[in-house]
Amino acid sequence: MNLVQTSVLRGDAAGTGDFRQGEYHAFEAAGRPYLYLVGAGAVFEIDPAVRALLDRIEGTSLSHAEMVAVLAARGQSSAEAEELIHELRQVRVIENGRALPAPAPETPPANFPLQALVLNVTNQCNLACTYCYEFGADKIATPQGKPKYMTKETARASVDLLLAESGPRNAVHITFFGGETLMNFPLLRDVVDYANGQAAVLGKAITYSLTTNATLLTDPIIAFLSDNAIGVTVSIDGPAEIQDRHRVYRSGKGSYAVIEPRLRALIASHRTRAVTARVTLTEGVTDVVGIYRHLKDDLGFHEVGFAPVTQSGERDYAIDGMGMDQVLAGFHALADEWLDHALRGLMHGFSNVSETIGELIQGVNKSHPCGAALGLMGVSPSGDLSPCHRFTDADTHTMGHVSSGIDRTAQKDFLDRGHVEAKYDCQTCWARPLCAGGCHHEAFVRYGDTGHANLHYCDWIREWTDRCLHIYGELAARNPSFLERFAERKGL
Amino acid sequence: MKHLKPINQKARRIDDLVASLDEDVVALQQPRPHVPMGCTLSFSPGWEVDASGGTAGLCQPVERDIYDCYVTCFWPVQVPDHVNYSPDWASNCASATKDWRNLDLVFP
Repeated sequence: MNLVQTSVLRGDAAGTGDFRQGEYHAFEAAGRPYLYLVGAGAVFEIDPAVRALLDRIEGTSLSHAEMVAVLAARGQSSAEAEELIHELRQVRVIENGRALPAPAPETPPANFPLQALVLNVTNQCNLACTYCYEFGADKIATPQGKPKYMTKETARASVDLLLAESGPRNAVHITFFGGETLMNFPLLRDVVDYANGQAAVLGKAITYSLTTNATLLTDPIIAFLSDNAIGVTVSIDGPAEIQDRHRVYRSGKGSYAVIEPRLRALIASHRTRAVTARVTLTEGVTDVVGIYRHLKDDLGFHEVGFAPVTQSGERDYAIDGMGMDQVLAGFHALADEWLDHALRGLMHGFSNVSETIGELIQGVNKSHPCGAALGLMGVSPSGDLSPCHRFTDADTHTMGHVSSGIDRTAQKDFLDRGHVEAKYDCQTCWARPLCAGGCHHEAFVRYGDTGHANLHYCDWIREWTDRCLHIYGELAARNPSFLERFAERKGL
Repeated sequence: MKHLKPINQKARRIDDLVASLDEDVVALQQPRPHVPMGCTLSFSPGWEVDASGGTAGLCQPVERDIYDCYVTCFWPVQVPDHVNYSPDWASNCASATKDWRNLDLVFP
């Protein structure tokens, strides 16, 4: 009776003791039990004794004596039980008393060195994709009266800023973006020349990538991309009937027939970097497996990544609930293939799994969902800085200028809002070390606030993260050396 | 750790940290607190008492605490620093049980 009274006085909803479960997500793979520790992003395999204890403490609380009794019933001596309990407390798998929230990931320092700039070399595009976040119904860019093409001077000032703000980093990266990037191809040549020279003076390495719709690829351009080891991401939605639904010219004519031969030439001749496809999923474009088959097997892309379209929630190209179920089913099917490949020591091109596995092996615990306004910034054709390429030319999100430097006040405001600790809904979610609330731009388009959690994706993110944890657990048990391939930090 | 096996880089770092903590401070660590001989659980010099509030239950004469507290244990006891500044502070006290009155204050 005393025990009951005590727990009522302490406000405990259930249980009789002082110990309760810490913050973790339990999962099983290859017949082995694992824990994903939310406060740290750590993955541990647990033994049967730990599992038995956690089964008992879940959703309730136990006293120290009760925990020892649970373990004693399994034949453990009191010394062994004490040792086990001590271990669990040290890593916060169980907690004494009212569980305090784990400290949030630290905010990166204010002078966090730049690693990458995304140069929006033009805001013009020769396609008129209906869902485009730069030109479509939910656009936030305000390009009126601003330059349409980046000048040589602005591009060179961007390179100078990147190198100056890169601090002690040994390597930096430039991504060319648009609009349609290749509409300003002459600038690319100049930037690569100039940046190579400036980086060499400082003894730093520099790498490049570019995103394109592939309509303007020519043999000389492909040779240039290959010679300079420029990574290429192609925005493409799939085979002709899917591609031509949204990825159209202003006349409404589809773009597949134009890009197909150019893509084949690109993939055949570009040997220095992976060529990646980036698919935007929309209403009716949810056959993930079919699209993957076409892009990977028919066209020969090295990697294929998928993301649902960003929109405010009211667009007719938005994917509805049933569509999302189909997307997720397709993701699971490709995840099965990915794991099957990995168990045989082979790389699979479904980058949505590869990316997450790379983060899981490190055990990232993000303060912010991505590197926007931290290691990465966008530059508009006029030279305005923004948190990333998705905020290019949006007056409300300007973060300085390449000639005057980074606006630290705007940057701090953006990062304070975007910190996972500032997102109320994320505090009870086990997937926050990897998600940290989701894309800032998606949040702004959907909720009008870059610091709002992407609540419309929460269930989806949790299901996908759980799936990737299962894959991770399978590989840790059955082919751990394969995981080591992902151990090196992405980037530089 | 015996029951938790780290399987990513972050877990390995936690494992290393926990191991280094275990080897750090010994006194009063779970599961077995290290209680020096003759120690009491009260930290007020001159007021060392046993569980019943008296001195009869102490396993050693209370005066012994002076030495046991700073020789075999490293509580921040209220005795002079005999290693650095006051090596002779107890030179007039050959036997603590008899000569403890000879211990005097030490001024830095």
